[in-house]
Amino acid sequence: MGPPDRYFFRVVDGGYLDTASSEPLHPAAREAMLAALDQGYADPRRLHTPARHARLILDNAREAVAEALGVRRDEVSFTSSGTEAVHRGLLGLLPQGATVAHSAVEHSAVLHALSWRPDLTVRSLPVDASGRVDPDALGDYDVLALQDANHEVGTVQPAVGAGVVFRDAAASMGRTPLREGWSVAAGSAHKWGGPAGVGVLLVRKGVAWRNPFPADDRVDERVSGFENVPAALGAAAALQAVVAERDDVNARQHALVDRIRAAVAAIPDAEVVGDPVVRLPHLVTFSFLYVDGEAVVDALNRRGFAVASGSACTASTLEPSHVLAAMGALTHGNVRVSLTRDTTEDEVDAFCAALPEVVAGIRREAGL
Amino acid sequence: MPSARRFPRWSPGSGARQVCDVVIELDCRGLPCPRPVIELAKLFPDVPVGEVVAVASDDPAARYDVPAWCRMRGQDYVGEEPAEDGVPRYLVRKGATADAASPP
Repeated sequence: MGPPDRYFFRVVDGGYLDTASSEPLHPAAREAMLAALDQGYADPRRLHTPARHARLILDNAREAVAEALGVRRDEVSFTSSGTEAVHRGLLGLLPQGATVAHSAVEHSAVLHALSWRPDLTVRSLPVDASGRVDPDALGDYDVLALQDANHEVGTVQPAVGAGVVFRDAAASMGRTPLREGWSVAAGSAHKWGGPAGVGVLLVRKGVAWRNPFPADDRVDERVSGFENVPAALGAAAALQAVVAERDDVNARQHALVDRIRAAVAAIPDAEVVGDPVVRLPHLVTFSFLYVDGEAVVDALNRRGFAVASGSACTASTLEPSHVLAAMGALTHGNVRVSLTRDTTEDEVDAFCAALPEVVAGIRREAGL
Repeated sequence: MPSARRFPRWSPGSGARQVCDVVIELDCRGLPCPRPVIELAKLFPDVPVGEVVAVASDDPAARYDVPAWCRMRGQDYVGEEPAEDGVPRYLVRKGATADAASPP
């Protein structure tokens, strides 16, 4: 890296390090969507030939997702977002007055869905310093809401025993196999390189799930609204590609994240958060004492690196990340880095070289 | 810098609700994160070993970040108590390791 460029944004190759917020579109998704945009415009409920084309594309997308995830075709629904898949999936499992246990580090979509239902008894399960719940201390519940892996720190949650389990797999779907024991699971296509605006809702056959929202007369009775056929196909194509590539990509990403973890650990008064091993391959979170989260995001951005932060000053609520808080981690000066499928070693090294300079600069300005 | 922003000051500890003997109150009311922790770190070299500093802060991150600072800097986090105006005070006891207390 050259000297810091304070006056212009620069685009650095490989500088996009925020795929946990949204992964760039996978080439497989682009190709599938371009074809489907021309072929999949009609109403898949109608009986004419263009409608049958659209219906066929939608069925193919469902089939491809089922195959990629190792589930039945009739367990797969497409929603209009990952958040909608979480809301529908979880709320549809909850009879009036149900008791729900959830990890303290669930995504806000889970927490908002639960707080929307005043009839529920809701219990938040504490996590350890790595962000993991204790599988032997889940207590009694009608439904357990437990993510497959954490979206901010990457820690993989444990396997859990019997019972009705809602698994938010938004951070992990495609990257790692679904955790066993799910009754309902949810994913989000733009997290794996599909288009935004497509969620995947999985309802295991035989599970007592009821549509919690108004019904619609569409192809799939679990969801509502006119199907986004091209986007569903793009999501499916990207998922298939990501699953096919994941042995190689995950190993590479896991090693690159280890490099970042080591580089951060060498910076004074820094804390790397989350499980170092049993974690998502592409994601790492860390915090720096005496550093403003917004300032570090901004300074890295000026050097061409796009990262996220869980610090309060970067959040619309001005509250610190509930995930970091539940783990007892430092919430200020927080940075979340998440690699693209083709982030290289050189790009990671450039980031690791820039980071100590950025942190030292901010601390100097703070008078430390 | 906003004119309403207040700056930390030292003051002798007082009040009946104290959970331990506070010698120094660090007034960080109105300071956004991470300023309360920065001010705590700047003050700490001047704090005698064994003394307790009360960081008064209405910043929601301070509840997590003062204990995290103590953990990372090897200091003793004592707990939380309300100040007379209701603002939380986070109590930190200076540990015996003087090195760990100095800012970077």
